[in-house]
Amino acid sequence: MIDATTFLLLLSAATPILLAALGEMIVERAGVLNLGVEGLMITGALAGFAGAHATGSPATGFLTAAVAGAALAMLFAGLTQYLMTNQVATGLALTLFGLGLTAMFGRPYEGVKAPQMPGGPLGVNPVIWLGLLLVPLIWLFLNRTRAGLILRGVGENHDAAHALGYKVRAIRVAAISTGGALAGLGGAYVSLATVLQWTEGMTAGAGWIALAIVVFAGWNPWGVLAGAWLFGGVTVLQLRLQAAGSAVPIHILSMAPYVATILVLVLISARQKYARSGGAGGPGSLGKPFHAIR
Amino acid sequence: MTESDLFRAEGLGKSYPGVRANDDVSFSVAPGEIHALLGENGAGKSTLVKMIYGLVQPDEGRMWLAGQPHAPSDPRAARAAGVGMVFQHFSLFDAMSVADNIALGMDDPPPRRQLAERIERVSADYGLPLDPRRRVASLSAGERQRVEIVRCLLGHPRLLIMDEPTSVLTPQEANILFDTLRQLTTVGTAILYISHKLDEIRALCDRATVLRHGRVVGTLSPRDHSAREMAGLMVGAELKVVDRSGRQAGPVVLEVAGLSSATGVEGTRLRDVGFAVRAGEILGIGGVAGNGQEQLIAALSGETIGRPGTVRLAGQDLSTLGPEPRRQAGLLTAPEDRLGHAAVPEMSLAENALLTAAGRQALVRRGMIDHGAARRFAERVIAAFDVRTPGPDTAAMALSGGNLQKFVIGREILQEPRALVVNQPTWGVDASAAAAIRQALLDLAARGAAVVVISQDLDELLELSDRLAALNEGRLSAPVPTEGLTLDALGLMLGGAHGMEAAHVVAA
Repeated sequence: MIDATTFLLLLSAATPILLAALGEMIVERAGVLNLGVEGLMITGALAGFAGAHATGSPATGFLTAAVAGAALAMLFAGLTQYLMTNQVATGLALTLFGLGLTAMFGRPYEGVKAPQMPGGPLGVNPVIWLGLLLVPLIWLFLNRTRAGLILRGVGENHDAAHALGYKVRAIRVAAISTGGALAGLGGAYVSLATVLQWTEGMTAGAGWIALAIVVFAGWNPWGVLAGAWLFGGVTVLQLRLQAAGSAVPIHILSMAPYVATILVLVLISARQKYARSGGAGGPGSLGKPFHAIR
Repeated sequence: MTESDLFRAEGLGKSYPGVRANDDVSFSVAPGEIHALLGENGAGKSTLVKMIYGLVQPDEGRMWLAGQPHAPSDPRAARAAGVGMVFQHFSLFDAMSVADNIALGMDDPPPRRQLAERIERVSADYGLPLDPRRRVASLSAGERQRVEIVRCLLGHPRLLIMDEPTSVLTPQEANILFDTLRQLTTVGTAILYISHKLDEIRALCDRATVLRHGRVVGTLSPRDHSAREMAGLMVGAELKVVDRSGRQAGPVVLEVAGLSSATGVEGTRLRDVGFAVRAGEILGIGGVAGNGQEQLIAALSGETIGRPGTVRLAGQDLSTLGPEPRRQAGLLTAPEDRLGHAAVPEMSLAENALLTAAGRQALVRRGMIDHGAARRFAERVIAAFDVRTPGPDTAAMALSGGNLQKFVIGREILQEPRALVVNQPTWGVDASAAAAIRQALLDLAARGAAVVVISQDLDELLELSDRLAALNEGRLSAPVPTEGLTLDALGLMLGGAHGMEAAHVVAA
């Protein structure tokens, strides 16, 4: 039974993941694998909450979150693009770093209530609108603009892009910071619009789901939207079931969105294995280090 | 400089850690000229053209293009000045369309529809058919090169650099390319053509500048000189003719009988392959690639394990043993694919030496790697085979193809095997390095080893082997003595003519 309220709940549950996954998709299309999305999101959640609490303005909070996410992502960019550290290890470290950092600095905010979000057009939170608007915008950017073409080129074959004179590192750093800002926004949505308070580790694996969705979406913004809605839909469904007093244990229900996402991932990758000839894989240089020879 | 020069370089120099890639290089190119850059692997040709194209900045020296100083800080600047470059390893984006690839190589591409029209027009003008909508991943090597050439031509270059353009082309595709290049020169475009195929250069180029060890050793007119003279200039001496003397056939060392691939093996299955090689003898195995060469070397190296009694070394049955016990027994192999099969690209030369030589050279003691010994062994290979590299700590992938080939072959030869099997030992290797490798194989046989050379190069097989057999659809013909065998007879044999079937029946 999908009425307007349920659909709004779905949109709301999907928004943090949609924002973070869109950001990660841009990063991966540039050929970089940043596994630190969870760390970026939790940092955004705390920074957003702190910013909004200090100024009383949720808008300032979201801005703070975006800046904090981009700043932490720049740490990842500096390490992987200039000091040539391993992207997978650095990304994992970024997640641990973000979780630890926010656990420490988040203490004073435990139990504090978030300022009220103003309603946007049609009474829907403006950040939900932002997420929905970004889907076609990013699609247009990647497929119809010169800058998007260059970004894809860098992700597809960084040696070729370098040989043609494109600044591979600069483009990747720009993509990584954009991805960090979007992940930060997604995290702030959790603390400022969903839970309305700060709790340690409150993003609860949303960053990992965002990472998975990018892959199953085939690095396409519309697919990312579908994946985020799937996760949001199952989240809302399990909340409804819990509220209705279902006999299923609560932990099993809480698990459902994650299980559903994993199942879809398995199905998709099994199908891709059979239809390998289409070549619908990820960007050719994804996760590979780039050494410019001068 | 004379008024008529389009491009001129004076005193160009470039150093990398441990290597002087270019030293005091000066030359000039006239408008409408096809100018060859000749040199061995590692002579500095690629570094030189990278400086002209702005990928690498020279340490010293100056360049001029059409009378203006030419010092591009990046390829964009070079393209703006009128320099285009077609790379040896294609710089294309596989998952993208032809049109997207071309747009990425232009500084100010027009909107999609206009671009598609321009691509079609240029490709029609120069006889280079291309569909702008096709994905690059679905194109053949020749078509991919067309994409690169059209990409350059749309920028209207005055100087077009081509880095070993024919190395990936079929002879027919190469002829089409030559026609295109000649057509380009009629409108005044100059072409700087890198290659080490001397016949090609004699047919195509007006002048040639020869590089050796990073220095210019001469500029000449290729049509007035023989391929032999040019090769001599490239290597600094007359090419050495390999010395086949001093070998005596001893007892049978390597014996293969009834070798067949198990069902379900990928690619061509071996069918009842058998041969025997004596000490001091070289057996050549010819045939078009894909007829079982990979499977044969895998069966001999121990990568695939066979039925008992199929592979014997001096009477000892090695058929059921893996690669390391076979190496310990004295049967060594060098596969064709240098990067990824014969060597690990990311690992240093010393570590790569360790991979096959650990047992025979005692580079591992009580389970611990003896790094000093591994480095010394790698240094011996580097010295004995004139591998051009800063040292044993250089990563394998940093070496040019010919240098790495010298290293991987040398690594096996210096282990003094009782039997050595090599696949395509001089593929992609320049003339002097190829001669060195062939001589080393002959010397190894002269010291009493049994050598099997699998190759597609007929001249190489005739030069090296005492007896020759052909591999065709997994079947090996009966070996015939090379002495007195004509190229025609050999071609017929390798082509899998009926005589081969007959020979197989006789052998069985």
